[in-house]
Amino acid sequence: MREPSYVVALAGNPNVGKSTVFNALTHLHQHTGNWPGKTVAVARGAYTYQGEDYAVVDLPGTYSLFAESAEEEIARDFLCSGQADVTLVVADATCLERNLNLLLQIMEKTYPVVLCVNLLDEAAHKGIALDLAALEDALGVPVVGTAARDGEGLETLRRVLRQAVRAPLPPPPRQVPPHEEDQEAAALMARAAELAALAARVPPDAHRLDRRLDRLLTSRRTGLLAMLALLGLVFWLTIAGANVPSRLLSQVLGSLQEPLRALLLQWGLPAEVCAALCDGVYRTVAWVVSVMLPPMAIFFPLFTLLEDAGYLPRVAFNLDRCFQWAGAHGRQSLTMCMGFGCNACGVMGCRIIDSPRERLIAILTNAFVPCNGRLPTLIAVLTIFFAFGGGPGSSLLTAALLLGAIVAAVGMTLLISRLLSRTVLRGTPSSFALELPPYRRPRVGQVLVRSVLDRTLFVLGRAVMVAAPAGLVIWLTANVTVGGAPLLTYLADFLDPLGTLMGLDGMILLAFLLGFPANEIVIPILLMGYLSTGSLTDYQDLSHLRQLLLANGWTWQTALSAVVFTLFHFPCGTTCATIRKETGSLRWTLLAVALPTAVGIAACTALHLLLTVLG
Amino acid sequence: MTYATLDCLAPGQGATVQDLTFPAPKRRRLLDLGFVPGAAVTALQAAPWGDPMAYGVRGAVIALRRADARRISIVGK
Repeated sequence: MREPSYVVALAGNPNVGKSTVFNALTHLHQHTGNWPGKTVAVARGAYTYQGEDYAVVDLPGTYSLFAESAEEEIARDFLCSGQADVTLVVADATCLERNLNLLLQIMEKTYPVVLCVNLLDEAAHKGIALDLAALEDALGVPVVGTAARDGEGLETLRRVLRQAVRAPLPPPPRQVPPHEEDQEAAALMARAAELAALAARVPPDAHRLDRRLDRLLTSRRTGLLAMLALLGLVFWLTIAGANVPSRLLSQVLGSLQEPLRALLLQWGLPAEVCAALCDGVYRTVAWVVSVMLPPMAIFFPLFTLLEDAGYLPRVAFNLDRCFQWAGAHGRQSLTMCMGFGCNACGVMGCRIIDSPRERLIAILTNAFVPCNGRLPTLIAVLTIFFAFGGGPGSSLLTAALLLGAIVAAVGMTLLISRLLSRTVLRGTPSSFALELPPYRRPRVGQVLVRSVLDRTLFVLGRAVMVAAPAGLVIWLTANVTVGGAPLLTYLADFLDPLGTLMGLDGMILLAFLLGFPANEIVIPILLMGYLSTGSLTDYQDLSHLRQLLLANGWTWQTALSAVVFTLFHFPCGTTCATIRKETGSLRWTLLAVALPTAVGIAACTALHLLLTVLG
Repeated sequence: MTYATLDCLAPGQGATVQDLTFPAPKRRRLLDLGFVPGAAVTALQAAPWGDPMAYGVRGAVIALRRADARRISIVGK
């Protein structure tokens, strides 16, 4: 790649559509929002304008350059390093005053600066009248208005950036005289207020709709109900929508297995190797894809839709009281939400928590909420043992039960967080301020593209990477025989006493252990063990699965224990590796493995004993 | 004129920020979010369990825990 002619640094408050501007400038798709994997690590992109190459560095979203968080340090260091030829500050047109404060701070540190007033469409919607020319005069830096989601103003922005790097305006005068640090914050804020008053006329009822929605979605009377209903709806759509495509995929991928074997045999590979590749590797991968892809392709877009609309911070707001009780950081509710998608992503997401103590609490407890890989198992078991019958009533009941399981998982997360914050991770909770950004109309098309490309395929790709070698190992345990019986049987027999104590059996425990690479393959391994088929065993539909499980001694009590252990057991391989990387410590990683496992074993055993006593 | 702390405001009530009693880094963060002496704040909405509270300040909505709001002194109207 050629050296870029110019470097553009992109700065701004969180939730102002900064990443949308970044994407629109560079045509590189990236998540919006200020949680990790997104902008906490600095993203880079590039574009060419009038024959010259521009590199764009997307700095983390910050409210200030002076407070001591990781994001602010990254932004401040980059801006002060002089690596950028121009700094583009993105501001929210509906909240200019607070946004201009950051602009003024940046103008004191670096030069030249261009201001991009984004979300013009939202401002127009709210009846906010803007005078950007007056703002430009008062500031002495170029000001460009954009509605980046529609690509409006982007061409002008590229032109103004070009002017700014080739023939910058003279340095603007200081906006505020130098002060002591403390007065400086107030002086900058006062100047920002003056400028905002000059540039924007905000009608008194501009944010009326936001407040109304907040009353509905976060108030004492309706907030929690609305949250449960929304999450329940998301689960129901995922469950009801994924059935048919899952079956189709499984049929199509399954029908390719024999042709693949024929092809491999034709190449002259020994029959055992072909069997290992087809029955072991290919079959496991095919299973993981057909079970995981449809629910993810529904769940992630729905989740991204809620995120895009600005609902996630409201979840954090609603639940914060519980996290206070647990002695945890307010942002932990956000990392927990990410854990529902993928625990490894959730653990990485804990970078948004500044305090090391509270970050560790969030990391250690992330696997207590079921990720997308465990949801299909939960759904299958709940449906066939507690809501069997089919039809819309059954999927509604399953969604309700799943919601119950999730409430239990959240409750356990809080309990363990509290336990940790009272014992090994004692300390005072740090203060936090959570912005509730304006609600936005989500862009359905963009949401679909982004969530399918970035999240679904990413998670699926990783699942396939672990499923392929796991498939081989599983096939080997089922096909290598010692003294006439496969290795699998010995292992299951060894685990049987513990399994029985927990209301399960040895084979179920073994399936969880062999499912360490990816939680998605627990049920296939189980079926393989029960049926001694030597390869992952597909079930045609849920009634078939029900028969198989009943024939192997499952009762509703076994199912209940299986649900509990699915919720609470060791994190998957990817998550463990991520925890090791994020904490840099083997001891914390081991604790992260031991905690949910101990909780799962204890809960299952207690449940089994209780049910036995009750008869 | 009445003196109080921010956590005393009920939803719908407004006041002016007088001072912040936080250690330095946290103080700076809240200043940058708009809680500067002299700024107008309005309590908008309490979370379902009564805590935290969402405040309108400088055209944005910021939620603070009660324990933190107690460290911001206000002058009532």
